[in-house]
Amino acid sequence: MRHLKQITYTIFVTLLIFMALTTPVLAAQEANSSGESLTPIYLAFILALSIFLGFELISKVPATLHTPLMSGSNAISGITLVGALLAAGYDSEMSATILGTLAVTFATINVVGGYMVTDRMLEMFKKKGD
Amino acid sequence: MNLALVINLVYIVASVMFIFGLKMLSSPATARQGNLLSAGGMGLAIIFTLVNQHIIAYQWIVLGVVIGTVVGVAAARMIEMTAMPEMVTLLNGSGGLASLLLGWSEYQRNQEVVVFSAFVIALTALIGGVTFSGSIIAWGKLSGKLDGKPVLFNGQQIVNMLLLLAILVCIIFFTLNPINGLIIFLVLIGLALILGVMSVIPIGGADMPVVIALLNSYSGLAACAAGFVIENNLLIVAGALVGASGIILTNIMCKAMNRSLANVLFSGFGSVVESATGQGEQGEAKPINTEDTYPILEAAASVVFVPGYGLAVAQAQHTARELGELLEENGAEVKYAVHPVAGRMPGHMNVLLAEANVPYDQLVEMDDINPIMETVDVCMVVGANDVVNPAAREDETSPLYGMPIINVDMARTVIVLKRSLGVGFAGVQNPLFFKDNTRMLLGDAKSSIQGLVREFKEA
Repeated sequence: MRHLKQITYTIFVTLLIFMALTTPVLAAQEANSSGESLTPIYLAFILALSIFLGFELISKVPATLHTPLMSGSNAISGITLVGALLAAGYDSEMSATILGTLAVTFATINVVGGYMVTDRMLEMFKKKGD
Repeated sequence: MNLALVINLVYIVASVMFIFGLKMLSSPATARQGNLLSAGGMGLAIIFTLVNQHIIAYQWIVLGVVIGTVVGVAAARMIEMTAMPEMVTLLNGSGGLASLLLGWSEYQRNQEVVVFSAFVIALTALIGGVTFSGSIIAWGKLSGKLDGKPVLFNGQQIVNMLLLLAILVCIIFFTLNPINGLIIFLVLIGLALILGVMSVIPIGGADMPVVIALLNSYSGLAACAAGFVIENNLLIVAGALVGASGIILTNIMCKAMNRSLANVLFSGFGSVVESATGQGEQGEAKPINTEDTYPILEAAASVVFVPGYGLAVAQAQHTARELGELLEENGAEVKYAVHPVAGRMPGHMNVLLAEANVPYDQLVEMDDINPIMETVDVCMVVGANDVVNPAAREDETSPLYGMPIINVDMARTVIVLKRSLGVGFAGVQNPLFFKDNTRMLLGDAKSSIQGLVREFKEA
């Protein structure tokens, strides 16, 4: 019964996130035609929902896995890489490109280092008899 | 179909993969796949970002990715598990710096930004800068390159207040006039770096788990702020997930130490403690040697190891597991009980025990072991002190009073493996050592356990 409730809840929250994520795409197209931007509001909407979801997800992680959780979530925060790739790849001023390239470097360290070290740790967690 | 829409849809898929990846982290059985799922989401997001038509110069991207990958792989492979707190701290700093650089780069590319964009650029620089310099200081303290003692001086709060005020002024000026604001922006970055240093130096070595968790949260918030700068929903979702994660861990750490976050951040623990250690000895500790410990363990039907950071320092985790296996062969039920703040970061001891091949079903949390502690025959306390101090439960005058502890003193016999009869991190006397059911096995934890292993093998 509790399990069922959990699944329903997860689906519900995922749907919310989905809605929140799709709205700005539509909003951006809307804004293109009207010339006015509503983006900050939608972005803030996403932020609120994601924080809520984050709290729900993380509070379920057992203390045993808190170190891998930290290094793994660290790797996720390397998502800055997505923005950095654009910053380094645009044909713009040299200073912007250099800063973008540096951002790519550090974000890549975060992503690659974070996921690999997390995998290395989680690999060691074995059940009895494995 | 338009490309921007496809990319945005892929970003949605990626964020769902992050979410499920984190969800799978709720059990050690699925955690590894969860991490791979999350990494897959990241890979997907990166690949689809690269097909963006605005990217025309790939050589710089390749350069950055190659350097980053080499450093990342080398660090992830070579790092010792005991040094995991340092690694995570450096990764936090790297993430904060990346966000700072991204915000700066966006500003260099286009200085004619609207008020909202200017504000989030300033915010990205602030959070990213604090995360970066704070992490470097935390790393210095953890690795012993800097003194772990809290740095406190007169007027510290005033200096910090002025610093915050200056930052606020910079943000306001920059937001109102971003077009010619490069100087103010650079000053802001400088101030943010100083703020990071100032906020970590007053925090003592024992409080580092809280700081790491908090910096983890900041690195997520920095990514989040960067997401507002480039108006990218994926950065916001991922950053918010990490931010929330760090805040929850910070909260758990604070609760486990029975202190408020404000207390951890603004007062060195050492200064609190000095007034409260005047109780002196409370009886006589009863020493024991390995030969006399053996029959106690041999007769035990249940044994619980309570490891602290001392176990890692003595590199005794492998020997402890060996002893645990011998005890199991002898018919005893063996568990390892880990306190939430044992080690140098949340969950650190669990990783070290897992590295020593302790199965995760034998790792139990404080709240699960305490109710059954009275049925435990022998509790082996290895390198833990404050987290098993009964004063936290019994003595209202103790600075530890109210902190949740593992109630080892309620077991039938407690064997404390310890280098000497000194005090723990908090500098507080431990009445556990003087209880009737406690025996002190003094000496290096590793050689003591090796001695016990030998006794078992010879018997």
